[in-house]
Amino acid sequence: MSFLVDSIIMFTSQVLFFGFGWLFFMRQLFKDYEVRQYIVQVVFSITFAFSCTMFELIIFEILGALSSNSRYFHWKLNLYVILLVLIFVVPFYIGYFVVSNIRLLQRQKLLFACMVWFTFMYFFWKLGDPFPILSPKHGILSIEQLISRVGVIGVTLMALLSGFGAVNCPYTYMSYFLRNVTDSDILALERRLLQTMDMIVSKKKRIAMTRRQMYQRGEDQNKQTGLWGMIKSVTSTQTGSENLSLIQQEVDALEELSRQLFLETVELQATKERIEYSKTFQGKYFNFLGYFFSIYCVWKIFMATINIVFDRVGKTDPVTRGIEITVNYLGIQFDVKFWSQHISFILVGIIIVTSIRGLLITLTKFFYAISSNKSSNVIVLVLAQIMGMYFVSSVLLMRMSMPLEYRSIVTEVLGELQFNFYHRWFDVIFLVSALSSILFLYLAHKQAPEKQMAL
Amino acid sequence: MASLDRVKVLVLGDSGVGKSSLVHLLCQNQVLGNPSWTVGCSVDVRVQDYKEGTPEEKTYYIELWDVGGSLGSASSIKSTRAVFYNSVNGIMLVHDLTNKKSSQNLYRWSLEALSKDSSPTRVIVSNGDYDREQFAENSVPLLLIGTKFDQIAETKRTEVLTRTAFLSEDFNAEEINLDCTNPRYLAAGTSNAVKLSRFFDKVIEKRYFTRDPSPVSFSSPVLADMNSVVTLLFF
Repeated sequence: MSFLVDSIIMFTSQVLFFGFGWLFFMRQLFKDYEVRQYIVQVVFSITFAFSCTMFELIIFEILGALSSNSRYFHWKLNLYVILLVLIFVVPFYIGYFVVSNIRLLQRQKLLFACMVWFTFMYFFWKLGDPFPILSPKHGILSIEQLISRVGVIGVTLMALLSGFGAVNCPYTYMSYFLRNVTDSDILALERRLLQTMDMIVSKKKRIAMTRRQMYQRGEDQNKQTGLWGMIKSVTSTQTGSENLSLIQQEVDALEELSRQLFLETVELQATKERIEYSKTFQGKYFNFLGYFFSIYCVWKIFMATINIVFDRVGKTDPVTRGIEITVNYLGIQFDVKFWSQHISFILVGIIIVTSIRGLLITLTKFFYAISSNKSSNVIVLVLAQIMGMYFVSSVLLMRMSMPLEYRSIVTEVLGELQFNFYHRWFDVIFLVSALSSILFLYLAHKQAPEKQMAL
Repeated sequence: MASLDRVKVLVLGDSGVGKSSLVHLLCQNQVLGNPSWTVGCSVDVRVQDYKEGTPEEKTYYIELWDVGGSLGSASSIKSTRAVFYNSVNGIMLVHDLTNKKSSQNLYRWSLEALSKDSSPTRVIVSNGDYDREQFAENSVPLLLIGTKFDQIAETKRTEVLTRTAFLSEDFNAEEINLDCTNPRYLAAGTSNAVKLSRFFDKVIEKRYFTRDPSPVSFSSPVLADMNSVVTLLFF
């Protein structure tokens, strides 16, 4: 009986998550486009719903809600569905929509989509070979095989994003890095832009005028027959077209210049807005946070290096460590079991919420930047795939942040994966990503004031 | 050329509707072979015979300013874009007949271009029941152009054409529906070509032959109440 009640609860929450994903898709992602293929929206919402359900099950695990049998059952069910979606459904539809955009392959859409899917599966399988992620006792088609590979991809993604975010966050928040931009700088640049546009216009007018004259003269020339007329027409058009190609080259160069000036003006405007924002109360608050974040990021990079160099993986989670420290060193006595449950609930809850929110915001920004009318379907599906893999691997990594008694279900359901490998892999990629973002931001920062000097 | 002599027409619309192809077709009488993203603004010049066929016939050069970008751009991009909206003599609003949202977005595009007293940022409220009187006061000639006409199935044509008829009534503008990859739609003598010439003639008339040559931009009461986050630069 309780199993039925639990299932109803799970099902209602899944429907709620599905609705949220649907709304997010309609209101945020596809604001400017018309949804022609509803299957894309459905697939996106399903991926979102099942990913969120996984997080929900972890929370239930910590809180001890629902009976443990039904929790286990729903874990398994959820995992199967999500793997099915991430490995079969989404890649197939990505292939299908990519193929329908290419005009040549319109006839045999299904056939080519299947071919694309098989290529994807081949590379997906090959991905697992160089990594020591499985114990050899499992067969080919077990769930561990699939999860391990999905986990590798997802963990790489997570580490890349965290590394970049860890460095970019203080860079954006702190106003120490903001260059000084005045209104007169922007005005001067805009004036140059308009002057360039004027020059382009006057040159194009000359081209149009010359072409018109050539056309009219050409008509008159046609009335003159015979050899002399032909020779005359050759010489006159020759000088005309030579002039034209010269002017056309100048126009091309000026157009390139106007594009660059436009982009530089946009950058200056953005910097000016950030300076204004930093003077507000909110801006000052974020600036303050930025200092804290930079210390936290330096510490994280340091810890990642230590983990790799000394080849150690943390055995205890932060919650138990924190409680141990307070109990042993500060001498504060309290009920360990009770508090560890609540604290881990809060900690895990915060991690989940911020990672979902952060991911959705990043996805939206990315989508606006690169999508167009034709490719919007494909890009949304790719984003759904990334989102699914990201969430699956966060569950994998979150195991580390939970006390021992709650880890059991994750370990049980996900089988015998080498979890330590994933943490090591995360540290490596995090370090690489953070260091390369530091290098990249340093170069970009240095290059910009040089450009300004050259103006 | 003195800047007093220019006739400037803006070409506005969502990204991907076909503004660059349209401008190329109008100015070069050729189909654009490889359309790509427009960064910033690209200008082209069309030679127009004002009052063709009459004794007052005169040749003018009309500048078509094709401003790229989307309505959801960052406010820094919008403030930079606003630089191109100065002293405009006519506006061509382009939308994609296969994408309803691009037609709806035209209200916001026209507001962005025409209202210079407030900032063209996300502050603009676009509700379905906008004020038609605002567009009646407006003295800048508008022309509505629907692209990708060939991609609409025969069965859906009447539905699409009724929708665009409503749109042209709202804007108090003529409408042209065409396919930018086929010059036949604008061949001499077609009703499209006639509407186009009429529009350009109207623009030239407003520019040169009326008392007040500079375009009037209305200040919308809706927008004036909003708090603007970005200050617009004045020239």
